[in-house]
Amino acid sequence: MLTYTIRRLLLAIPTLLLISLVIFLLVDLAPGSPMSEIPLTVPPEVRLKMIKAMGADQPVFIRYFLWLKQFFIVEPSYIIDSWFGTNLGGDQQRILSWQSRAPVFDVIGQRLPQTLTVVGTAYFIGILIALPIGVYSAYRQYSWFDQMGTLFAMIGYSVPTFFTGVVLIIVFAVNLQWFPSIYDTTLKITDWSSFLKQVHQMVLPVTVLALFNAAEISRYTRSSMLENLGQDYARTARAKGMSERTVVLKHVLRNSMIPVVTVIALGLPTVFGGAIITEQVFKVNGIGAALIGAIHANDLPMVQTLAFIFAVLIVLFNLIADILYGILDPRIRYD
Amino acid sequence: MMFRSALLGAVAVSALASAAFAERGADGNVNVLYWQAPSILNPYLSSGTKDVEASSLILEGMAGFNEKGEVIPRLAESIPTVENGGVSADLTQITWKLKPGLLWSDGTPVTSADAKFTYEYCTAPDGGCAQAARYEGIKSIDTPDAQTVVITFEAAKPNPYQAFVGATSPILQAAQFKDCMGAKAPECTKQNFGPIGTGPFMVTDFKVNDVVTLAANPNYRDPAKPAFATMTLKGGGDAQAAARAVMETGEFDYAWNTQINPEMQTQMAAGGKGVFVNGFGTLVERIEMNLTDPDPALPEGERSTTKHPHPFLSDPKVRQALSMAIDRQTLVDVGYGTAGRPTCNLVPAPELYASDNTGCLTQDMEGAKKLLDEAGWKVGADGIREKDGKKLHILYQTSVNPVRQDFQALVKGWWNELGVDVELKQVDASVFFGGDPGSPDTFQKFYADVEMYANNFDGTDPEPYLAQYLCDKIPGPENQWQGENINRFCDPAYDALVKEMAATADLAKRGELAKKMNDMLTKDSFVVVALVDRGRLSAASNTLGGVVLNTWDTELWNASDWYRVK
Repeated sequence: MLTYTIRRLLLAIPTLLLISLVIFLLVDLAPGSPMSEIPLTVPPEVRLKMIKAMGADQPVFIRYFLWLKQFFIVEPSYIIDSWFGTNLGGDQQRILSWQSRAPVFDVIGQRLPQTLTVVGTAYFIGILIALPIGVYSAYRQYSWFDQMGTLFAMIGYSVPTFFTGVVLIIVFAVNLQWFPSIYDTTLKITDWSSFLKQVHQMVLPVTVLALFNAAEISRYTRSSMLENLGQDYARTARAKGMSERTVVLKHVLRNSMIPVVTVIALGLPTVFGGAIITEQVFKVNGIGAALIGAIHANDLPMVQTLAFIFAVLIVLFNLIADILYGILDPRIRYD
Repeated sequence: MMFRSALLGAVAVSALASAAFAERGADGNVNVLYWQAPSILNPYLSSGTKDVEASSLILEGMAGFNEKGEVIPRLAESIPTVENGGVSADLTQITWKLKPGLLWSDGTPVTSADAKFTYEYCTAPDGGCAQAARYEGIKSIDTPDAQTVVITFEAAKPNPYQAFVGATSPILQAAQFKDCMGAKAPECTKQNFGPIGTGPFMVTDFKVNDVVTLAANPNYRDPAKPAFATMTLKGGGDAQAAARAVMETGEFDYAWNTQINPEMQTQMAAGGKGVFVNGFGTLVERIEMNLTDPDPALPEGERSTTKHPHPFLSDPKVRQALSMAIDRQTLVDVGYGTAGRPTCNLVPAPELYASDNTGCLTQDMEGAKKLLDEAGWKVGADGIREKDGKKLHILYQTSVNPVRQDFQALVKGWWNELGVDVELKQVDASVFFGGDPGSPDTFQKFYADVEMYANNFDGTDPEPYLAQYLCDKIPGPENQWQGENINRFCDPAYDALVKEMAATADLAKRGELAKKMNDMLTKDSFVVVALVDRGRLSAASNTLGGVVLNTWDTELWNASDWYRVK
């Protein structure tokens, strides 16, 4: 297993380099310019000077290698500096966003907590809802509960979040005025009342996302459960006189979870990626909103860095899912 | 009637009274929503409206503009003019005097050295200063004493209110920015995110593209202001959601640029929690006519250049007919509602410079048809007009934007009625306005017959704006398509007028010249077909007092006067 992991990790290096090059070229070749959001009242000479100051007039390969150096050498040394108080970074140029002229990693650091709280909670709650629905739907296949569960999953999966989000805002924020429609990112949790306030403002975005996540996971759980319920070992367990509870929750569920756990692990990068649309609808202003804003403003360093981090996370969680699969299912051996 | 005016009087008195007893920070927190979130609080590094307006709460210049477009003092004691001796008679020098006893929010005194430093900061090479145009034509800045700033221009400057005037040209604190000159400017994140200023508020926290938290400046020059102790300036979402947060849910007190369609405006106004405020500036949505041939059959580098005049748009009669066929009021009703009004002018305001040109306001389809007949364009067998075997076929491009697409469809209908074949094209705004010389779809390259967008000018003086139509500002391959004369208009008589205006100081005379130039481009030649004078539309809560929408300066220009209505 260890050699397998090491082999996979080594293989990931060229893959990621290739991904970074493809992303860079895609973003660079895409039409648009960082100057497009600047009012037309700014004269062309001034625009040219601004582009020059950003370094955006350099040839694409010079900018790519500069970015590689900044991403793999300068930024890690700044992180080490901030942990151990060393001075490896010196005054080397970090990756600067074209919009804010601030280091991209500082912006990400500012944004990540929002995304992790909202999208992470939604993912967690989605799993908590999905598992019981999936298990019970499979156990009582074609019952009214199963039919309702299927309907719920279909709705959750097929109705887009920008629709559910706006509907919830109109019903609960505009008409009933129970919840806010705009997420307050400045709220600091210091006591119970601020904690309650945080929960209060998270209700709507978390509901939207949890519904979406639960729909997918509940379907996987159900089909995996169905497959295992009909297996010989389940019949044997029943024949041995075990209670239904033990058969379903101990024997069948445990085996059914193997594919479900990998599906959950594979979905985790999306938690970091943020829910672009939902963040935008509720003004959560997390990573997803940062990415969409950067794309609109043609902020190449920001888009490139974020897209690459997502690529790293996806590659990493794919590996984790594979390893988990091997650990959960002793029949699978990679070596 | 008497009773009513007496009541009104009483209300006015009580409002005055509450303002008189106001005390700094007495009204708690005010929530402002900019759906385009500020990225940086230094207007010298970004000229995006959202960034300039957010930073205007913190940074100020010598003077600003009020809602009528008049220059009002901010840090300056008074506005220098030729009459009071502040501007030299030959217009080459302006002397600003700082108000006595001014302090930065950190408690240190504001001096003339800060102003001089700001000039040096913005003109430093490699700094990429976004407001460099504000400091153009300055020969030197001298500081004879700590209160006095003398700006000497290279030549007579009829409009000397550029440097240090308005939100785009505020004064920075020299002590804070001294290590951020030139190429170092973008690296000073701490300074750019938390400038020390003289404005009514100061930054307490800044989250990029998300939220700015501000607190009342303890050293603000008016001890009774601002009434709010703190301000939250949140960003994100879209115009509709921003309007909803003020008008329907009441979560926010003020939302910037809530440009939504007229139907939605009525619906939101019914929410009853706020009102829409609007004001008109100089932003004009227009159709620009290409006087050169954009034919794709021409070799690259010659398309849309002065080498090849346009086959039919170079005929003024055709241009006039196209303008006459448009019903501008319908366009306003469909696209802007109260936030727009029909116009025929390129310069719709200020009053001094606005021509009384209203000839285009009524649609005249029959007249337009007659004009085309006269010009020799006869309706062919397929219903499309032709002349010498050439068909009237127009490629009409604009940026992707729902209102612009509605306009395109309406205008296409009218032009089809004239017997003109119209092909529509939409380009993503980031490409259309991106100015990339390599892209064939920028508005400067103009590879189309007509195109539509909006433009305006900074401040109240239209001189640089009108000077964009000089012959030598025509974009082309030799200047990487960077000129501002989009129509490729070239008239020696016009160039002479621009020169004359640059040398004229008398305001009345300047107004006359501007009107003449405006008319040359619009009603005399129909090179620029103005459609709609677009106002600003923002939303203010019923509980927020003191809001006066200003289209000449930042919208937050009088945030120091805002108060909570109790």
